[in-house]
Amino acid sequence: MRRQSNLLALTAALAVAGTVASAAIAADAPKSIRIGYAISLSGVNAQGAGVTTLPGYQLWVHDVNAKGGIMVKEFGKRIPVEVIQYDDTSSAETMLRLEEKLMSQDKVDFVLPPWSTGFNLAAAPIFAKYGYPHLAVTANANDETDLVKRYPTLFFFLNQPIHYGEALIAVLNKEKAAGKLNNKIAMLSVGDQFGAEMSAGFGAGLKAAGYEIVLQKSYPLGAADLTSEIKEAKASGADTFIAASYPPDTFMLTGTAIAQGYNPKIFYTAVGTAFAEYGGNFKEKVNGVMGIGGWNPNLPGAQDYYKRQVAVTGHAPDGWASPLTYASLQILEQAIEKAGTLDRKKVLDTIVNGGPWQTVSGPIDLKTHIHEKQWGAGQWQKGQFVGVSPADMPGAQPVIFPKPAW
Amino acid sequence: MSLIEIVLGGVILGGLYALIAIGFNLQYGVARIVNLAYGEFLMTAAFAAFWMYTLWQVSPILGMVLSVPATFAANWLIYRLLMLPLVRRARTREQLEGETILATFGLLFVLRGLATLAFSANNRFYDYLGQPMVIFGFTFAANRVLAFGVACVLGVVIWLVITRTRYGAAVRALAIDPVGAQLSGVNVTRLSALAFAGGGALVAAAGTLISTFLSFNPAIGVEFTMKALVVVIMGGVGNMMGSLLAGLMLGIAEALCTYYIDSGLTLAVAYALFLIVLVIRPRGLLGTP
Repeated sequence: MRRQSNLLALTAALAVAGTVASAAIAADAPKSIRIGYAISLSGVNAQGAGVTTLPGYQLWVHDVNAKGGIMVKEFGKRIPVEVIQYDDTSSAETMLRLEEKLMSQDKVDFVLPPWSTGFNLAAAPIFAKYGYPHLAVTANANDETDLVKRYPTLFFFLNQPIHYGEALIAVLNKEKAAGKLNNKIAMLSVGDQFGAEMSAGFGAGLKAAGYEIVLQKSYPLGAADLTSEIKEAKASGADTFIAASYPPDTFMLTGTAIAQGYNPKIFYTAVGTAFAEYGGNFKEKVNGVMGIGGWNPNLPGAQDYYKRQVAVTGHAPDGWASPLTYASLQILEQAIEKAGTLDRKKVLDTIVNGGPWQTVSGPIDLKTHIHEKQWGAGQWQKGQFVGVSPADMPGAQPVIFPKPAW
Repeated sequence: MSLIEIVLGGVILGGLYALIAIGFNLQYGVARIVNLAYGEFLMTAAFAAFWMYTLWQVSPILGMVLSVPATFAANWLIYRLLMLPLVRRARTREQLEGETILATFGLLFVLRGLATLAFSANNRFYDYLGQPMVIFGFTFAANRVLAFGVACVLGVVIWLVITRTRYGAAVRALAIDPVGAQLSGVNVTRLSALAFAGGGALVAAAGTLISTFLSFNPAIGVEFTMKALVVVIMGGVGNMMGSLLAGLMLGIAEALCTYYIDSGLTLAVAYALFLIVLVIRPRGLLGTP
């Protein structure tokens, strides 16, 4: 009995000693920087997350660890990154629970954002509550400036929806003023919140600019056939075709327009147009197709980033939010190095005040918490989706007009 | 657009619905298995066509030579290994339905999960015969016309097999009365396995055809299983001609609705049609044989 309690005491003492010892080492330098994220690996959001967000995360972790980690001055050495990944199953409730778990139980050093506007806006209060910098790349909202005031940890990388409409209208105005484009618009939209908001936003801007919407129709997400819609657009006499579309229908509308020989002067589709698979599938046929987003592939490091992501993850980045995703992580990395610490408060301050940051999407300054100046509309040119509007963006390519026949 | 053009477009889509439904009918009406994982084989065939085309430029139609027999074999194995124990255990048709629904529901998630793991959840699409084709002065996409053509050929083959061969007679007997069929010398287990596998082969063919003009991802299966179920019940369980008729009706109704009302309501129109048929003819348009 006595012998046993001695043993117990000894083990207890060793355990305590062990904890103290490991705590002492931890104060010296952590063996890794722990990065956590919850993302949609399954469910309806998995496709978007799988194209835009996840490959960027994987590439960044690969790149950082290949260098030996992030240099943290406080500890005087490079510390590798360790990842904790959860599947939010495309459920907002699950995502919120997982964010809370990452911050309160796993106590990771930094949390990367989930995918989609809805999820990021829902998660913003949690990031703010625990003081984690929230680089919400795949989110945008018309009230971005109010939101970043409410949540001091929140950063936006995408333009407010209305800016995308303005960027396209600027292109239309130029051709209309030159007398090369009529003022008729055929507009289709996918029957969900995104389609409704985008077509409302674009529609208001177009009407204000003196355009007449001669065809406005919505179709259900996952429609099996859009031939009839394309035929109506063709019959409408509009020079401009705009679709507030999601990836599956972006592909189908394009395929159908090719099959129907529908060649409007401006052919614009939304989400999915910038995907590498889009150009990969339709090849040179989509030369001149316009879409939401844009990218300048001639920026320093951009081509290299593109090739590395294909090599490391097997997924080519899109021409819109993918480079911004990688850019946001470059900012995080540079901010940690500049702050020289893993202290989140200091890193957050550095993100805000330490810019402009050099990234694969060009210099980004986050003083206002919003990446202000960016691409609104892009176009497929010579096998690449490049930014064309606003025209005063560095690297803006001249618009191919009219769209060449398929 | 003229009415004829709209109806023709609907017939092209409806032909594929009919093909998918006939396969489902072989599994449900003849082999008596409610296979909720049915659409997953459409999905896997679509992926097979996609990979063969993008990696080795194999034409999807040629690729069916490989994917259709493979799916036939996989379905035959599923029947023998997974379904047969349930068939043997079930005392009534209702009990068998309930148990196969649960079992194939699980199979659905396994197949979808594996596909997501292997291919990621991304939408896939490839451009095959996306050129215009003019028929009677109307323009259609060549890939849709080809899909319809192949569906027609398969439909004729199935019709000939069912009406002109001993196998067909046995299949019809099995659909009407399994006990009676067995008493008159039909090997019910063997024939059910073949019907189940044959249904799988048809949906693989449909999946290949659909992949030439629709984008797809690992989660598309369920939608087609539901459509097949609706068409089969509308046409009459076990009645292949009923499935053909109901499939075409659904395609045309959807096309008319898209043009005259709103494409957002196609699903509502499909189910409205389904309800009307069920109210007027509870055993389906052509009834159960």
